[in-house]
Amino acid sequence: MKDSARGLALVSPTALYALAMLVAPMAAIVLFSFWTQDYLTLDTTLTFDNYREAVTDPIYGQLMVRSLYISGIVTAVTVVLAFPIAYYISFHVAPERKALWIFLVTIPFWTSYLIRVFLWKVILGFNGVLNTSLLGLGIIDAPLTFILYNLNAVVITLAHAFAPFAILPIFVVLERIDRSLLEAAQDLGETALTTFWRVTLPLAMPGVIAAVLIVFIPTVGDYITPRLVGGPGGLMIANMIQTQFLRLNNAPMGATLAVLAMVCVTVIALVFLWLNRRFLRGRN
Amino acid sequence: MAGVRGQGHGLRVYAVLYLVFLYAPIVLLPIFAFNDSTIIAFPLSGFTTQWFVELADVPALHSAVLTSLKIAVITALISTLLGICAARAATRYRFPAKAGIMGVIMVPLVLPEIIVAVSLLVVFLQIGLELSSLTVILGHVLICTPFCIAILNGSFQSLDVSLEEAAVDLGESGWGAFRLVILPLVMPGIVASLLIAFTISMDEFIIAFFLSGSDPTLPVYLWGQLRFPQRLPVVMALGTILVVASILIIILAEWFRRRGVAKRGGSDSGGFL
Repeated sequence: MKDSARGLALVSPTALYALAMLVAPMAAIVLFSFWTQDYLTLDTTLTFDNYREAVTDPIYGQLMVRSLYISGIVTAVTVVLAFPIAYYISFHVAPERKALWIFLVTIPFWTSYLIRVFLWKVILGFNGVLNTSLLGLGIIDAPLTFILYNLNAVVITLAHAFAPFAILPIFVVLERIDRSLLEAAQDLGETALTTFWRVTLPLAMPGVIAAVLIVFIPTVGDYITPRLVGGPGGLMIANMIQTQFLRLNNAPMGATLAVLAMVCVTVIALVFLWLNRRFLRGRN
Repeated sequence: MAGVRGQGHGLRVYAVLYLVFLYAPIVLLPIFAFNDSTIIAFPLSGFTTQWFVELADVPALHSAVLTSLKIAVITALISTLLGICAARAATRYRFPAKAGIMGVIMVPLVLPEIIVAVSLLVVFLQIGLELSSLTVILGHVLICTPFCIAILNGSFQSLDVSLEEAAVDLGESGWGAFRLVILPLVMPGIVASLLIAFTISMDEFIIAFFLSGSDPTLPVYLWGQLRFPQRLPVVMALGTILVVASILIIILAEWFRRRGVAKRGGSDSGGFL
């Protein structure tokens, strides 16, 4: 057998599984979004009604904009906080201890997401760990209320949950940077700061971009965090999708919102990639 | 170089603070699980194992644990098997549309889980497949396989092709060479992949929430309990057990992964992903 035939045969079980459980269901959800449902009867006439409703009813637009806005902030916070960690591990940790540091950073990610989010609710609450501790220490006189059941709580919790997704891609790219380039820059009279700005950072950009996309895309569709710590002002599109499917029995509307969310995310990701390419070209 | 050292010192302080932020929730968990009060707040009021004892007599919890274990074991086996096929194909062979095929297989890694959950729900309901542990397994295999591939790629990539060729030259069939030469070398990676898939499936909530029907998994059961304030200490106790179990499994998986790297004579450069 030829190599290519063998490769195809070998990859086919996994590929067929992805086709059946990912590609086909995605196609189904797109089809569903053009149907309508009245309580339990599904009307399979193709129509744009759901899309019209999604665009005209302000509640959907508001939730979508808020989801993208929250994800944008979460992404910026997560990546900015993560970069120095990736940099520290790559440039200042002894080679034999790097794997240990990366492992330490990823351990919390492997524990139950539900439990971690719930713990943030306990930490940030009105009578929570943070408030009772600060009150007990006499640092504040009244409990802080701006940290739970709002946008801030969602940002803190998601930035915590997605930390390894931002650290790992940046770390991988930093590891590949040829250290002699940095020495050369310094020999040619750059300071540590300008070397970082003009050599390290541009070389690290592919990792930063990967980190941005890996954090941004899944957080737009996060369900648990907005539900547990977001309060009414922190709900996101996934909560509405769940409500449409499981509470209102309006699966086609839920499907429409899911499709719109994916389209928005894809468009934003593509614009981001395009802007970045222009930015890098501009520097050269 | 004083500047670089100073910069390293500042970064080190930052790194330690960051680790505190990362570990804060899972460090507080056991503290409150052993605290003798139904209110989750400081100051602590005393030590108790009461909440753990209470876990023993909740039948609904026990059946949820069994359901989750069953789902996680089957998911781990299937997704590792699918992972072996894809990782081996991707590292050993060239075939048409390779990047596209591998891309589609890896997509669940970044796709919001709710999208996976609702799209599978729509399909299962349409074809009349009743929601049960089976439907959860189908969803979990989809999201675990990319993680398995990421781990197994590392194992297969560092293999020396000449080892396999030598076995074939000495008269082994292709399958024989794979079983006798390749498999032992990648075995630690396979074990790591099984453990990781098991952990992901055990902890996964959204897909199970949509697809588990009347057999709740452990996270779905836990979600139901969060509504009752008086149940919170028990939830903390249960959470402690879950988190400790996850960490032990992950340490084991990492140990296997590193042993695999050492076995193939490579040097270690980082974690799983």
